[in-house]
Amino acid sequence: MDTDQLIRTLTADNAYRARPIGLALMLALLAAAPVSLLIFFAELGVRPDVMTAMHNPFFDLKFAVTLALAASAIAVSLHLSRPEASLRSFGWWLLIPAGILVAAISGEMMMPQRTPMMTRLIGKNSVACMTAIPAMSLPLLVGALYGLRQGAPARPAVAGAVAGLLSAGLAATVYASHCTDDSPLFVATWYTLATAIVASVGALMGARALRY
Amino acid sequence: MREREDEWTDLMRSAISGDDAAYHRLLKAITPVLRAAARRGLARAGQPVDQSEDIVQDILLAVHLKRQTWDTSAPFAPWLFAIARNKLIDALRRRGRRIFVNIDDFAETLPGETPEPTASPGEVTAQLQGLPARQRDVLQSIAVDSTSIKDTAAKFAMTEGAVRVALHRGLASLTAKLRDR
Repeated sequence: MDTDQLIRTLTADNAYRARPIGLALMLALLAAAPVSLLIFFAELGVRPDVMTAMHNPFFDLKFAVTLALAASAIAVSLHLSRPEASLRSFGWWLLIPAGILVAAISGEMMMPQRTPMMTRLIGKNSVACMTAIPAMSLPLLVGALYGLRQGAPARPAVAGAVAGLLSAGLAATVYASHCTDDSPLFVATWYTLATAIVASVGALMGARALRY
Repeated sequence: MREREDEWTDLMRSAISGDDAAYHRLLKAITPVLRAAARRGLARAGQPVDQSEDIVQDILLAVHLKRQTWDTSAPFAPWLFAIARNKLIDALRRRGRRIFVNIDDFAETLPGETPEPTASPGEVTAQLQGLPARQRDVLQSIAVDSTSIKDTAAKFAMTEGAVRVALHRGLASLTAKLRDR
């Protein structure tokens, strides 16, 4: 096939319209979400004292952190799906959840505490946190990568890592309603570690899946 | 140079809103620029330049399949050159070379510089044979025999819609095969 023939063929296919990436990502995440929720309700469930927990600002802050992570990672993912884009202009969005976390830690430091710092940091659910967040993230990560395949990222591994952040943010949002450790120190330690694991898996998978 | 790139942007906008003639003109217009840049990249990597046409076709396929990632309010050339650069790096890496690809390789091509293809490209043709029968037949008919979608549909007793689907899937699987070879 010579190049003129190829050009004529591509022209014949001009009527084809791919889904916009935002829509493709959303549909893929919606398809994956039931799997993650099934894992959650089968293995964990919402903590029994959730109604009283909601009056604790540090319980609510967990959701602010995880949702900020999910939202900023979605925005960065969509940006990175363009071939000429890089992290340089948009990467700082990912600092928003970190900023909320730092503010929460300083807030907690200024309040009188009954339990010592290390006890709050280590908490009771570190193992559950480190397994549940990656496990619930995995279906979402596969979905996100599937949706993002519509894109053309310059650096597939970086785009995959951000897809990992996105899925970890969503999974951690659900997990936070189960976890009885509300200290921002716990979140900063274990949620961050779990998120880092998912981001690494995302980078490895993205390096293959997101090449175009 | 500016003017040329503005023209590309206008053509791509028309193409996306359904103007096939504009799309054809755009692809014809960018091809010599891509060809010159691919040749320069190959030469710099110490590779025979007669493989440039395979790279050009690789880039054209990616441009086609990824055009939804172009933001219609942005200029077209930076988007095009980013895709072209990525594909050129891929091609050189596959040939096992250390790569020095400069974005200016693309931007600097002069409008007057219109090299003709030197060797007939073999990679797309070779991968075409590995496609599912239906996709291969439709691609063969439209690309090589220059049959219209309508006549191709009549030839294979398919609906025009089915031909369009087979055509697009064929192009997508062709690209996947080229990428994963």
